[in-house]
Amino acid sequence: MWLWRKFQRLIMPITPNHFELFDLPVTFDINTELLAARYRQIQQVVHPDNFVNASDKERLAALQKTTQVNEAFQILKNPFTRGQYLLELYKIDNETLGVVKGDFLLHQIDLREELESIKQSEQLDALSFFTSRVDRQIQTLVAQINQQFEQQAYQEAKQSLQQLQFFKRLYDEAMDFEI
Amino acid sequence: MAYSTKVLDHYENPRNVGTLDTSDPTVGTGMVGAPACGDVMRLMIKVGDDGVIQDAKFKTYGCGSAIASSSLLTEWVKGKTLEEAAQIKNTEIAEELALPPVKIHCSVLAEGAIKSAIEDYQQKQKK
Repeated sequence: MWLWRKFQRLIMPITPNHFELFDLPVTFDINTELLAARYRQIQQVVHPDNFVNASDKERLAALQKTTQVNEAFQILKNPFTRGQYLLELYKIDNETLGVVKGDFLLHQIDLREELESIKQSEQLDALSFFTSRVDRQIQTLVAQINQQFEQQAYQEAKQSLQQLQFFKRLYDEAMDFEI
Repeated sequence: MAYSTKVLDHYENPRNVGTLDTSDPTVGTGMVGAPACGDVMRLMIKVGDDGVIQDAKFKTYGCGSAIASSSLLTEWVKGKTLEEAAQIKNTEIAEELALPPVKIHCSVLAEGAIKSAIEDYQQKQKK
């Protein structure tokens, strides 16, 4: 049975990477529905309720596995963190303590200002139009990142991931508005 | 995570928020973004003939620590020469605001903003 084999592998001491944990190929373009389904399956197996009568050691192992699986799922389901994690696996320097400048940033500040004035004017139509525009740009970026990972253009993927972070932030700001 | 009182003070009463006239040749603008979190910051400085920063304004779209870092920075750079302002280190900002390690990138952003504003001013002066 798949789940049982999975469980035996899960309690092995060697820690698989996040993709292996869910039996997924190590790639940016993962099937997120499959990821969610496997996540639920594993969570059922390692759920603390199943270990009520187990030894302390097994209970602890199950708890650690729950934590690991949760963390891995959170990282893989989000394109930004998934991309960051892939770069980490490929040992690409992904230091984020620098600053971004140039035309891209100018454009980002323009968008932030536009959003601010839309929020101030309380125009819901304009806000939803703005949000869908940003959403389209996010989709385009994600498609681009996918291609860059496929072509093993990791430096370019790193750049695009940074841009994605700015768009995600903008999107969250746009969504985080109540009249 | 709790913000320090200094961060809260700058966050609740940010100093020098706003813009300066970009067409003014004595105004330099620095625009930077933090790849770690997607925060963006714009810093504008007005420089006198003597090379002293007379005025500074900022606008930051970001978290409390980023706003506090840029607000503090505008207070610090006013009255300083460009050379002195360029010497400001992110570690000094982080220390003053007692930023936790996960928020160090906010002070890095502020340091990048003043450097970029000075560069922009110097570019403008060459023309």
